[in-house]
Amino acid sequence: MAIAASKVKSAGAAQSPVLGAAMFSPAVLYILLLIGAPFALAIFYAFSDARIGSTQLHYVGLENFRSILQSPSFRQAVQNSIVFTVGSQLIVVVCATILSLALEAPFRGRGLVRFLILLPWVAPVSLGTIGWKWILDSIYSVITWVLVWLHLFSPYDTPMWLGEPHLAMASVICVHCWRMIPFATVIMLAGSSAIPKEIPEAAEIDGAGYFSTLFRIKIPMMLPIINVAVLFGIIFTFTDMTVVYILTDGGPFDSTQTLPLLAFTTGIQGSDLAAGAAISLFLVPVLVAVAYFMLRVAHRAEVV
Amino acid sequence: MRANPRKIAARLVHVLILFVFTVLLAFPFYWMVVATFKQNLDMYKMDNNPFLFNLPPTLANLHLLFYETRYVRWLGNTVMVGVIVVAITLLLSVPAAYALTRLTGKWGERLGIAIFLTYLVPPTLLFIPLSRVVAVLGLQDSLWSLVVVYPSFTVPFSIWLLMAFFKSIPKELEDAAMVDGLTRLGAFLKMVIPISVSGILTVIIFTFTLVTQEFVYALTFISPEAHQMVGVGIPIFLVRGDVYYWSSLMAACLIASLPIALLYNIFLDRFIAGFTVGAVK
Repeated sequence: MAIAASKVKSAGAAQSPVLGAAMFSPAVLYILLLIGAPFALAIFYAFSDARIGSTQLHYVGLENFRSILQSPSFRQAVQNSIVFTVGSQLIVVVCATILSLALEAPFRGRGLVRFLILLPWVAPVSLGTIGWKWILDSIYSVITWVLVWLHLFSPYDTPMWLGEPHLAMASVICVHCWRMIPFATVIMLAGSSAIPKEIPEAAEIDGAGYFSTLFRIKIPMMLPIINVAVLFGIIFTFTDMTVVYILTDGGPFDSTQTLPLLAFTTGIQGSDLAAGAAISLFLVPVLVAVAYFMLRVAHRAEVV
Repeated sequence: MRANPRKIAARLVHVLILFVFTVLLAFPFYWMVVATFKQNLDMYKMDNNPFLFNLPPTLANLHLLFYETRYVRWLGNTVMVGVIVVAITLLLSVPAAYALTRLTGKWGERLGIAIFLTYLVPPTLLFIPLSRVVAVLGLQDSLWSLVVVYPSFTVPFSIWLLMAFFKSIPKELEDAAMVDGLTRLGAFLKMVIPISVSGILTVIIFTFTLVTQEFVYALTFISPEAHQMVGVGIPIFLVRGDVYYWSSLMAACLIASLPIALLYNIFLDRFIAGFTVGAVK
């Protein structure tokens, strides 16, 4: 009975699995070949002694992992990656929430403001970062100029934004925030515009102040979408090497070295494919965790 | 009527927040404009106020960029790779997205989510093995390596965007077409594709912007100066030795960024719908 009923229901849109499979298999095959196979190859390399320029390949067991875990550069990179990701995501969430609330209500010039705010996200990341490299230049930095002009620094003892370990880390985090805030903002904007206006309005009529409405009603209702923004943010930050590569190339003294960049300098520039692959595999736990939470969000959206 | 002072304060805070964020986020691009037209003597004199044109503006930096570097070539390379990747992406993702929304039922949707998750696999995890694959295929230092690899991240997201789009098309339209004698494939080609133009356009723009923004693969696979994409050529090859040609660099960044930013902005709301993973209805 149930089968018959469902057949009647979907009689018009009859499914055709054979045609369907023929239509989606090229895409699935492409993805398997270019994402699945290289991923398997990365795992394989991590247990081998693969090098650029050598055709010989031997199984070496956990040797790569052993030497990586002993390397101070690697430990520094793990620590920096965590600081880089957590630090920038905290700033991004706070700023993007404020900014999306400010952009929510229509006002004159909103389109232009939105375009200007979005520029960091939509412009190619390497080019925006080059802009920052000039802004943070050791001699001609405009920030330094303003600080000297305000007499906060003497012209003979100015900060080296990208040349001192802590300042370099702070600069790299700020530039990454600059790039991610627009993205998180528009995602949250999509979320807050989906909240029925009546609920916060009713709360305010009942005498709740702006901030209690905000923290007790609006933000809790926006939480699912804030989660999505953070999940994407974690992926885009933890696995990014462009900002760090262009601004500091990991320096000074590994103080801004991150996992993806270390994989690049070891595996590609240093020709040690095996060690590079092993380093990049340390990204996987974070990816798996994010994928898990992303699935939960998608699942809940389906149920509701 | 007297304005409520609390309302005025709230408005001021609102304007202030927008002002501060807009200035912080857009400043680097304003700074690129300033640098583009500055004379070198003006740029590199510490006593000058950097916000002002202390010497008359100049076009010399643009001249250097267009006539004495490979900038135009890089722009051409980027457009070429972009166009081919868009074509491959459409060929693979449009039929796949349609099949997964309409022809394969519940598990098609699950497969769709699985494909979306592959978008989360970053280039920094795959670039080492892919660099060997590219070498084995004989595509090292060739733009074709990017043509082959880029669809691996444009296809998953495009399928995801298109699935949402196809879901919004009423099934009755196809049913009517099939009653009128079209086959399922015929209905897809003659009915669904023509009314999906805006969804397909979204995929085109999104794919193209992803190609222009990609950095890691382009940096890894290609070394000769003539074969660079604009995103790698500018930061790596506009620096001669240790000398940065800052004015020309800024001009190059600005010119390459603005058209992409404008295009992206037009289609923004659709891309965001793809990123919200269904958490926003």
